[in-house]
Amino acid sequence: MRVWRQGDAPRRKRSLGQLVWGLGRRLHHGWRVARALFSSQYALMLEYRAETALWALSGILPFIMLGIWSQLAVPPAGLGPGSGADAGGIGLDQVQLSRYFLCAFVARQFSVAWVVYAFEEDALQGRLSPYLLQPLQPLWRYVAAHLAEQLTRLPFVVLIAAVFFLLQPAALWIPSPARIVATVLAIWLAFSINFLMQSCIAILCFWSERASALERLLFIPYLFLSGLVAPLQVFPPALRAAAHWTPFPYMVAFPAQLLAGGAVPIAASFAAMVGWISLLLPITLLLWRAGVRRYSAMGA
Amino acid sequence: MAIIRAETLSKTYRVADKQPGLAGTLRHFVQRRHRDVAAVKGVSFTIEAGEMVGFLGPNGAGKTTTLKMLSGLIHPSGGMAEVAGHLPQRRQADFLRQITLVMGQKQQLIWDLPPLDSLRVNAAVYGLDDATARRRIAELADMLELGEELTRPVRKLSLGQRMKAELLAALLHQPAVLFLDEPTLGLDINAQARVRAFLADYNRRHGATVLLTSHYLADITALCPRVLLIHEGGLFHDGSLRELSSRLAPCRLVRLELEEPRPAAAFVSYGEVEACDGRDVRLLVERERLTEVVARLLADLEVRDLEVSDPPIEELIGRLFRQGAVT
Repeated sequence: MRVWRQGDAPRRKRSLGQLVWGLGRRLHHGWRVARALFSSQYALMLEYRAETALWALSGILPFIMLGIWSQLAVPPAGLGPGSGADAGGIGLDQVQLSRYFLCAFVARQFSVAWVVYAFEEDALQGRLSPYLLQPLQPLWRYVAAHLAEQLTRLPFVVLIAAVFFLLQPAALWIPSPARIVATVLAIWLAFSINFLMQSCIAILCFWSERASALERLLFIPYLFLSGLVAPLQVFPPALRAAAHWTPFPYMVAFPAQLLAGGAVPIAASFAAMVGWISLLLPITLLLWRAGVRRYSAMGA
Repeated sequence: MAIIRAETLSKTYRVADKQPGLAGTLRHFVQRRHRDVAAVKGVSFTIEAGEMVGFLGPNGAGKTTTLKMLSGLIHPSGGMAEVAGHLPQRRQADFLRQITLVMGQKQQLIWDLPPLDSLRVNAAVYGLDDATARRRIAELADMLELGEELTRPVRKLSLGQRMKAELLAALLHQPAVLFLDEPTLGLDINAQARVRAFLADYNRRHGATVLLTSHYLADITALCPRVLLIHEGGLFHDGSLRELSSRLAPCRLVRLELEEPRPAAAFVSYGEVEACDGRDVRLLVERERLTEVVARLLADLEVRDLEVSDPPIEELIGRLFRQGAVT
């Protein structure tokens, strides 16, 4: 059997100017692709704006949990909500509790990932095939779709927050610009973690056609350990410590506490998020490389 | 110079083997059984740059699998493919910029947006600047007779318009090699003819190499001087349609219109009676005996009209596929 090799020709040494020029061209190309992908996906999401609004509305679990925790956290006699009383001895008063769950809602809205479902459907319907035959890593299309969807959600999230403040005026606060910037970064990193975790599962579609079932396994730990149903302060210390060895608290609880003005170890949390991304990214890429070899163009 | 080369290319799929019924389902749940299915068995051929080649074969013969291997979508189980100087399965960016794979009924256009939105994405992905993209879109739209369809949501387009828009999207980067899998599937006769004319024109203008599968033999006869006939995973024929016709049927079809009706038995000595309906008779006659048989027919019978032709290629191929008689 003949051995076919490519790229065996010795590489010419390039000058620094050529390298800078090449890098500039690649960045320009990347920017054009990102802009085109984002604008087309945003146009698509605007077509589905009603669905996006419903998705935003369906994420009100934190508000339900707020209602439950507020009932449990009966303030001492003579003190009403917003009185500053400690809600049930969890270290948060009613106002802080309200702010926390509002921030958890916001963090969840902008860090949610659904790549596993979109990818699985594309793989089963054969839509993945044309993506694989273009000189662009297909996962970028899903990143663009998620970012476009987040932008489409923004007005609905603002609206829901406005209604929340109308109902709970005592909870109104304006975070410092530094907190806002740090929160945006934290939410973006939280989205990255969530996206990469889901991508790892999505890539399993190359082996099992229904990989989304595996995603359900992650949902329960995500629900409880991310801080969606309860602030991590209410967890027993051992469970809280264990939770911080998983990526889940960084996906909702950390950005939410950051925005709500809570005392959180900011540098350590950001470092942990970067660590999780550094771990998940190569795993995703390795799985991708192995999965594509197995791909048999289902449904194509 | 060969731009596509396949050497003993083969692909084996592992498929789950499940018996029907409850017992089969439970057995399958407890202990999964698989079997290997050889979709392509050691196919070898080369295609020169600029050639238009038809890829024929029944459903499940391995045509699409071969196209997928040549385009790099799936890895071969054995053998080797080389396209435009690349190993397809590596899917290097330089290779992907030179090829396209169009699969009829499968779409790359975004369903709820106008084709122009998808075209903008493709232009960016393939690194076309705005002016080049606009010029190519205009040129291809002109060739495909597409106009305001490009600004209408894809879901609002007819099947023919959608297929043309898909072709535009697939050819925007001006690939040198086109793998077309049933590009006219489901289209009406007019739309088929337009797509065929476009492909011929594209090949002429850009010197592109085309490997085309189609169930519509009209696509193949109109576009492809050379055909590859794949059957049960193996290559059965590589040559012109006429050669294929000779190979499949070393006979010619003689149609007779007689003055007086005759029974079928009256024609047995002339050749194989394919049909006999009173005055209208169809005979298959060996090529070497054709002159002699025609002379005898004219001498023995009162013939109102006589026509000699090759048997329809569809019939021959269909017969081959039904018989499974590959030699």
